[in-house]
Amino acid sequence: MPLSNRHLLGLQNVPKEDIQLILDTALTFREVLERPIKKVPTLQGKTVVNLFFENSTRTRISFELAEKRLSADSINFSASASSVSKGETLKDTMRNIEAMKVDMVVVRHSAAGTPYFLTQICDANIINAGDGIHEHPTQGLLDMYSIREKFGRIEGLKICIVGDIAHSRVALSNIYGLRTMGAQVSVCGPSTMIPKFIDDLGVSVIYNIDEAIQGNDVLNVLRIQLERKAREYFPSIREYAKYFGINEERLAKNGKDILILHPGPINRGVELSSGVADGMNQIILKQVTNGVAVRMAVLYLLGTLN
Amino acid sequence: MKLILKDVKIIHPQQEDIKEKTNVLIVDGIISKIGKLEKEDNKGAKVFELEGKVIAPGFFDMHVHLREPGREDEETVVTGCNSAAKGGFTGIACMPNTEPAIDSAQVIELIKKQAFNHIVDVYPIAAATVGRKGELLSPMAELFEAGAVGFSDDGVAVKTSGMLKRAFEYSSMYNLPVIEHCEDESLAGGAMNESINSTLLGLSPIPSIAEDIIVMRDILVAEYVKGKIHIAHISTKNAVEMVREAKKKGIKVTSEATPHHFILTDDAVKTYDTNVKMNPPLRTREDVDAVIAGLKDGTIDCIVSDHAPHSPEEKETEFEFAPNGIIGLETEIGLSLSELYHKKILTLKMIVEKLAINPRKILNIPVPGIEAGQRANLTILDPDEIWTVDIDKFKSKSRNSPFDKKLLTGKPVGIINKCKMFIDDELINI
Repeated sequence: MPLSNRHLLGLQNVPKEDIQLILDTALTFREVLERPIKKVPTLQGKTVVNLFFENSTRTRISFELAEKRLSADSINFSASASSVSKGETLKDTMRNIEAMKVDMVVVRHSAAGTPYFLTQICDANIINAGDGIHEHPTQGLLDMYSIREKFGRIEGLKICIVGDIAHSRVALSNIYGLRTMGAQVSVCGPSTMIPKFIDDLGVSVIYNIDEAIQGNDVLNVLRIQLERKAREYFPSIREYAKYFGINEERLAKNGKDILILHPGPINRGVELSSGVADGMNQIILKQVTNGVAVRMAVLYLLGTLN
Repeated sequence: MKLILKDVKIIHPQQEDIKEKTNVLIVDGIISKIGKLEKEDNKGAKVFELEGKVIAPGFFDMHVHLREPGREDEETVVTGCNSAAKGGFTGIACMPNTEPAIDSAQVIELIKKQAFNHIVDVYPIAAATVGRKGELLSPMAELFEAGAVGFSDDGVAVKTSGMLKRAFEYSSMYNLPVIEHCEDESLAGGAMNESINSTLLGLSPIPSIAEDIIVMRDILVAEYVKGKIHIAHISTKNAVEMVREAKKKGIKVTSEATPHHFILTDDAVKTYDTNVKMNPPLRTREDVDAVIAGLKDGTIDCIVSDHAPHSPEEKETEFEFAPNGIIGLETEIGLSLSELYHKKILTLKMIVEKLAINPRKILNIPVPGIEAGQRANLTILDPDEIWTVDIDKFKSKSRNSPFDKKLLTGKPVGIINKCKMFIDDELINI
C-alpha cells in the first residue's frame, strides 16, 4: 500500500498506516546500512535537491547520505533565508530549480509553512526538513523508530518531551506522530516555553522534572537554543540546568530505567549532563544512524509513488 | 447638464424618512428637485432608471493607505481614488505611514495636488509625531492648516503614554481626533493571532492583549485630558468591551472595524495564505462575534477598509516575511451588505451611518445632505445585486485580497460628486 500523500510536510494528519509503513520500510533500509556495500539502486535516475535556507549540518548530511545510499542524484542548495536581502524571491528560486527537472525537494527554512508554499508553486515531491518552529517530520519519525526499536511498540508508552516546547519544531512533530501511534504524551519545561494552548493538542504539562522522570518510559530531551531568542524565556542557564537539566543524580534518585532521546546537538551541562549524554540510558548516536534509514524510507516511498 | 435618478429610495439617517421611491433631479451637480417631476424637468435630461436601487450620502472610508509618496508601485493617490470610486466612496481619509510620512505641510500639499479635481475627495490624516517615531510632536497646527483631519502614527501606536497625552492636548486646540493603531510594542512582532492555530502552524504569536493594553491606556489618557480618541481597526472582544464601557462613562471615544475582522477568523491562516496576514491579525470566533455585536449596538461607529496595497512579489512569499494588510475599497460595501445587512445585523440606515455619516462626524467633515439646493454628493447602491468578486477587475494597482471569487449580495452602482458621476466604469461630467 502506498503513502496517502505525495509530500511529507509534517506529521499532523498523517494516518497511522503511513507512519507504520515508513517505520517498517526504514527497518529494511537499516539492514542495508549494516552491509559492507551500503547502497541500493532504488532511486537511480531520480534527482533530489536539498534546499537549505537555514544552517544545518546533521539533517542535511543525513538526507544527503540517504539519497546517495538510494542511488539518487542529489544536489545541495544553501542560501540565506531572507529572500529580500538576496534579491531573488523564493518563488523564483524554486521555479529556477524546478526548470532543471528535479523530482524531489528536501527543504529547510526558518519560516513556518514554506514547504506548503512550495507545493503550491511546483510539481516535485516536497519533504519538510524543518520549517521554523512548525514541524520537523523526519525527526519525529526517527524518534518513533528509535522508541519502537527499544520497546518493540509505541502504543501505550508514556513519553515526555522536555525543554523549549514553544520554539521547537521537533516537539510538534513528536506530539502528532506519537499520539497517532497511541502513546501518551506529556511535555515538561519552564512555563514560558510551553505554548498557551498546548492542552488542546491532548498533551499534559509537567513543570517538575523529577515527576517527568518518574512518570514516563521515554524522555525526549530537546536542545535549549542558547544562541536564539530562547534565552529571553528563562532567567539563566544555571537555573535551567538546575531545575530542568537531567543528570545522573536525578536519574539515580528516581531509581528508574528510562530511555533518553535527544535530537542533537547536545548542550552538555545544560539539558543533559555529560554523564547522561554518554551513559547507558541514551541511544543518541543510534538515533543518528536510524535517521538515515528513516529518511531513506521517506525518499523511497515518495520517490516511487508516481 | 441635467440628470434624473428615477425611482430611487433615499436613505439619509439625518433627514426625514421618505418611505416611497422617488425621483431626484440634478442640474449642473446641484440637487434641484426631489419628488414628482414635471414634463419640463424631463426635457433634455439624462435619465437613469434606478428601480430597486438606493441613494445615500456619498460613502466615506476613513482608513485608507494610498502609498504615495514612497510606494507608487503599489498604489498612487489617483489609483487609490479610482479604487474608491469603483468601490462606491466619494471621500476617503488617507493614513500617514508613507515615505516620507505625512508630517509636513508639503506632503499634504503633494497629496492634495495629486487628488485635485478627482471625483473622490481625499482628506489626509497626519502623523501625530515626527516620522511616526513617537519622539517629537508633529507640527499639528501647520498640518491642520494644510488640511489634516486627524492625527495618527498608524502602523504603530503613539509610543509612550507621555507623548500620547501631549498629542491629545495639542490636537484638542483644533478639535481633531487622535486615531490609534492599538498595539503594545513589547507584545507585538508576531505573524498571527495567538491561539491554538498559531501553535499548530508554528507561527510566532501576537496575543490579543497586545491590542487590549493599548486600548485601555488610550482610553485612560483620553479621559484624563478630555481628548478625542478614535480606535482604529478594533479586533478583540476585550477592546470592544472597553470602548463600550468608556462610551457609557461619556469619554470621547469612537471606533472602527474592517470587514475582514467581522468576517474572517484565524482559521483562514491554515493555508499560510499571505492575503490573510494583517495587523491586527485575524482573531478567534469569539472576537469576531464581539466585533459584530459592537457594530450592532453602536460601540463601533464606522466600517473602514484599512485598504493596504502590496505588490505581488511582496505577498507571494513565506508567510512570516510577507507584509501585513489587504486591499478593501472595492469589496467593502459588498461585504458589509452581504454579511451585516442581509444577515439582519444592521439595517440599511445603520450601514449608511457607519459608512457615510459617522466617519465624517469624527473628522469634522460636513455630511452631504440629499435635499434641493445641495451639491450632489451621493452613493448609489443596489442592495440585492448578486455578484462575484474578481480581483482582475479592480481599479487598485494591487491585488492582495483574500475575497477573490467570493459571491456577494449588494453592490455599489455608482457615485456622484463634484459635478461628476462614476457609473458602469465610466466617468461622466454632469
